[in-house]
Amino acid sequence: MAHVLVLLAHPDLPHSRANRLMAEAAQGAQAAEDAADAADIEQAGRPGQTVQVRDLARLYPDFDIDVPAEQAQLARADLVVWQHPTHWYGMPALMKQWVDEVLTFGWAYGPGGTALRGKDLWLATTTGGPESAYRPDGYNRYFFDAFLPPYEQTAALCGMRFLPPLVLHGAQAAGDAELQAHARLYADRLARYPDWPEMADLPACPACSVPSADRPADDPSGRRGRA
Amino acid sequence: MSAAGAAGSPWLVNTLVYLGATVAVVPLARRLGLGSIIGYLVAGIVVGPYGLNLLPDPQTVLHLAEFGVVLMLFLIGLELEPRRLWALRRPIFGWGTLQVLGCAAAIAGLALAAGVRMPVALVAGLGLALSSTAAALQVMGERNLLPTTSGRAGLAILLFQDVAAIPILAVVPLLAGQHGGALPWADAARAAGAIAAILLLGRPLLRHGLRWIARSGSAEVFTAAALGLVAGIAWLMQWVGLSMALGAFLGGVLLAESEYKRELETDVEPFKGLLLGLFFLAVGMGIDFRALLAHPGPLLTVLAALLVVKAAVMALLARAMGLPAGERRVFVCLLAQGGEFAFVVFQGATGAGLFDAATGSILIGGVALSMLLTPVLLAASEALSRRTARQDAVPAAAAQAALDEPQDAPVIIAGFGRYGQIVGRLLYANGLRGTVLDHDAEQVAALRRFGFRVFYGDATRLDLLRTAGAATARVLVVAVDDVEQSLRIVDLARQHFPRLTVVARARNVQHYYALRDRGVTLIERETLDAALRSGRSVLETMGWSPMRARQLAQRFRRHSVEQLERMWPHHRDEAQLVALAKQGRQQLEELFAQEREAQRQRAPGGDWQADALANEQAAGRQPAPSNRPPPQ
Repeated sequence: MAHVLVLLAHPDLPHSRANRLMAEAAQGAQAAEDAADAADIEQAGRPGQTVQVRDLARLYPDFDIDVPAEQAQLARADLVVWQHPTHWYGMPALMKQWVDEVLTFGWAYGPGGTALRGKDLWLATTTGGPESAYRPDGYNRYFFDAFLPPYEQTAALCGMRFLPPLVLHGAQAAGDAELQAHARLYADRLARYPDWPEMADLPACPACSVPSADRPADDPSGRRGRA
Repeated sequence: MSAAGAAGSPWLVNTLVYLGATVAVVPLARRLGLGSIIGYLVAGIVVGPYGLNLLPDPQTVLHLAEFGVVLMLFLIGLELEPRRLWALRRPIFGWGTLQVLGCAAAIAGLALAAGVRMPVALVAGLGLALSSTAAALQVMGERNLLPTTSGRAGLAILLFQDVAAIPILAVVPLLAGQHGGALPWADAARAAGAIAAILLLGRPLLRHGLRWIARSGSAEVFTAAALGLVAGIAWLMQWVGLSMALGAFLGGVLLAESEYKRELETDVEPFKGLLLGLFFLAVGMGIDFRALLAHPGPLLTVLAALLVVKAAVMALLARAMGLPAGERRVFVCLLAQGGEFAFVVFQGATGAGLFDAATGSILIGGVALSMLLTPVLLAASEALSRRTARQDAVPAAAAQAALDEPQDAPVIIAGFGRYGQIVGRLLYANGLRGTVLDHDAEQVAALRRFGFRVFYGDATRLDLLRTAGAATARVLVVAVDDVEQSLRIVDLARQHFPRLTVVARARNVQHYYALRDRGVTLIERETLDAALRSGRSVLETMGWSPMRARQLAQRFRRHSVEQLERMWPHHRDEAQLVALAKQGRQQLEELFAQEREAQRQRAPGGDWQADALANEQAAGRQPAPSNRPPPQ
């Protein structure tokens, strides 16, 4: 039984076009699952699957992230999805706050930090600018991939496999039909996980162990989190 | 002695008659919407010498019952801290003097014009100028008017009248041509000495005495001490020839800031209620119907002159004082009636030979009838103001702003005090114009001047909630101060407008639980966030980083709310077992213990802010001095 955990971080979801549709579609996948999961399992010939969407902005409008609760949710998941708009070439502050607080040393990484090992991480993001802007000759000067290494390495340090991201460029200008199609594609991918065609070609997660020497000697609690 | 006599101990029979009449008539009067005072008066007439003659001697009853008035003034004093009283000094002496002299001059002038002798006219005028403190305050209390402008103005004037009664009583024998035996100077010195003694020695003596008694731990001893205290002050004042009520009032004021305020209140309150009832009963008994029926003309003239002249003067005064238009009618009605001091003045004047028996009887009858009529007049004026408010809504709206036309705003805010205003202003700033209800007319008028759409009204009334648009609104913000009112509003909303989302302000934990019991989930304890902010400031001052302080405060908040939610299902059982105060303390201690434990458990986990803090420290910032220092 595959469990998909979508962590949605959008500071103003009611005014979002793409992310709201995507979240609704993801939740719809879950609702459909709940309604008729027994028949699906028989026909598909694979175990049932659940999609859980956590709207971080609604859970933590004051950024007071409940770390134990978040870690408990992560522990259940096979696929962790970070769904957020791209702000200034990275994740919105709340998503980053979540990463800072939840992925703790000794739990997510470092000695004994194996809680996330073997799970998959998938980024589903949207950009305001069109794809043409993410080119050396565009106003963003880099291909979008150039902004991904922090994500990739975060996943790697936690022993997670970073799946090829789902990016919707030009979300501001996209027409309704395009947005709907994208949301359907997103929901469909979530529902089908882990039966994705590209899975077989993906390399395993590189091993990154943090030597104890990297921990500061003067810290008695041994809880400095420098990755 | 028709009923009493040999049938049994007269004391027991009297008590039985008094309690019986009270139980039989007062609820009836209240059911009819006339208020309890009229009930007592009617009960008094029924059992008195001119009714069934079950209690033949109103004078003895009156004597005991006066203590009810004394207790009432003690309780009023308890509610008035010296600072507030000081703030009232201008209304007390300014408006009070104007009221007494204005009314007395107008009535005496009329009497003189009608050919009454000067001294008689003067004493009658002065006596009739006084209003019934007991009746007026009772009504103001019942209607929650005391905190309003007109309530404060009324209280100020009534207090002045209580003081003014003393010189009026002193003047009566002089006007009657008798010269009192004692030298006035000696009397005055003794009176001043007594007041000075109460003011200077009162507070330390009373507080230490009460502390000593409270430590004995016996509830009835404390009650006895409370009553004895009032009786003692009353006796002292009577001994020096001053008003007992005034003394009790001063005693109350002195204790208003003491830690025993609430306890004294609860102890004295039931005695006050019963004895005050007895007082009105005695007034009812004292109405001499034979004398009245013998002179119906003069009686009605006195009554009409009293009510009309006083009402006119009070109306002018109310306007001059700038009272909110919505409260003026009640103010005028309450102060236009005669009062208990008039009985004393007229009794004295008759005794001194200034009045003949018939004059005294007629004047006393007029005053009693005016007191009897006041609840009726009040009910009538309220019906009237409701009607006129509906008729001339537009011109009156600017000043009165009663909620008349149906509203269709999506948000209703009940209570627009310190709490509701912040909610409302946030909404206004974001283009949400809620319908705001508040029962303080002055507040409503003031806020209207600032352009808020605030309506005068009591949100515990179903019809008003409906007019406010509760049937179509989405959110009802219950921000009233009073816990009982808050719960009543929530009950109404749950029962009649189940689709309305209730956002509630909780005064304390018990209120929070009561709101949860009613299915409300969006509750904020009114002081929690502000106090946590202050806690953050302290942590920051002590060396925690502002962000860390915020994080700790938020964790504390989350635990506090979770804790509350966990305890909520059990709060009823516990409330029975543990005294409320003890329970509150335990909750707090448990909360802190849990918070410390949670912090300890979390400590080994990582904190990314740790880096920044470690750097700060490496850069020479002094480590925080604490057994639970900020993370290094």
